[in-house]
Amino acid sequence: MQLYGTEIASRLMLGTALYPSPADLAEAFRRSGAGIATVSVRREAGGERAGAAFWDLVRDLGVKVLPNTAGCHSVREAVTTARMARELFDTPWIKLEVIGHADTLQPDPFGLVEAARILTEDGFEVFPYTTEDVVLADRLLSAGCEVLMPWGAPIGTGLGLTNIYGLRTLRAQFPDVPMVVDAGLGVPSQAAMAMEMGFDAVLLNTAVAKAGDPSAMAEGFARGVEAGRLAYEADPMEPRDMAAPSTPVIGRAFLE
Amino acid sequence: MKITVNGTATDVRAQTLAAALGELGYGGAKVATAVNENFIPAAAREETDLAPGDRVEIVAPRQGG
Repeated sequence: MQLYGTEIASRLMLGTALYPSPADLAEAFRRSGAGIATVSVRREAGGERAGAAFWDLVRDLGVKVLPNTAGCHSVREAVTTARMARELFDTPWIKLEVIGHADTLQPDPFGLVEAARILTEDGFEVFPYTTEDVVLADRLLSAGCEVLMPWGAPIGTGLGLTNIYGLRTLRAQFPDVPMVVDAGLGVPSQAAMAMEMGFDAVLLNTAVAKAGDPSAMAEGFARGVEAGRLAYEADPMEPRDMAAPSTPVIGRAFLE
Repeated sequence: MKITVNGTATDVRAQTLAAALGELGYGGAKVATAVNENFIPAAAREETDLAPGDRVEIVAPRQGG
């Protein structure tokens, strides 16, 4: 899988938040084989040095880092946060979040497109956290995005793919654009489903970090992603309403 | 002068952003900065003068989803 020209071996991307401990985080990455870790920037107090400690932990994971603009509600906040993240993490990649609604954390489609355009023109490689809306997707591509990250369900809900029709339409509309289903997944079967539908990767955090055994769940998701991708590449059969016997009818005993 | 650092009213003697970082205990820390919601690259901190009322943000790498 290529994202902005970078070959990524794993189709599973993991967040780094909410784990019971740094050791749980590291073990989840190890068992999942995830190739990309999302990270953020947050206020640091003088003398705190928590950022340096976290950065050491992330570097030891040996994965690509995708900083986010989580929690930003305006274009200005998102753009400034992205620029601070670029300096801290030394990468042009940014997972662009411009949140438009407090309860659903739904992206603000208008702010998202504007911020994506500003950041693309500033040399960023933007991974927009978006909805399944095909018009919005088209605008984001026009703004310079080469990857789309539609939600499965609202962040942290674990509801899975809540709009199968919308996601299928989005996938079909832009078959050559790398798409990552980002957010809302709860269990590996939902990740497998996204992969079976032809999405290129999935990104999740809470489902692994908040599982009773995070590293086991991380491996479960890795297998779900792999199974779903294999199925997609294998060209699944068409469903049908009427039964069709799989065992040959010819040669059956007692046939008159 | 009185400025706001990470949302908290703060008194600093420093005249520049770089000096304020040193005064507030950020010397050598892995942080990024913004003043009044404009990103200030590390290389520009020395020449970035502060004015009373400025809103300074100082952030560092953290966990994210």
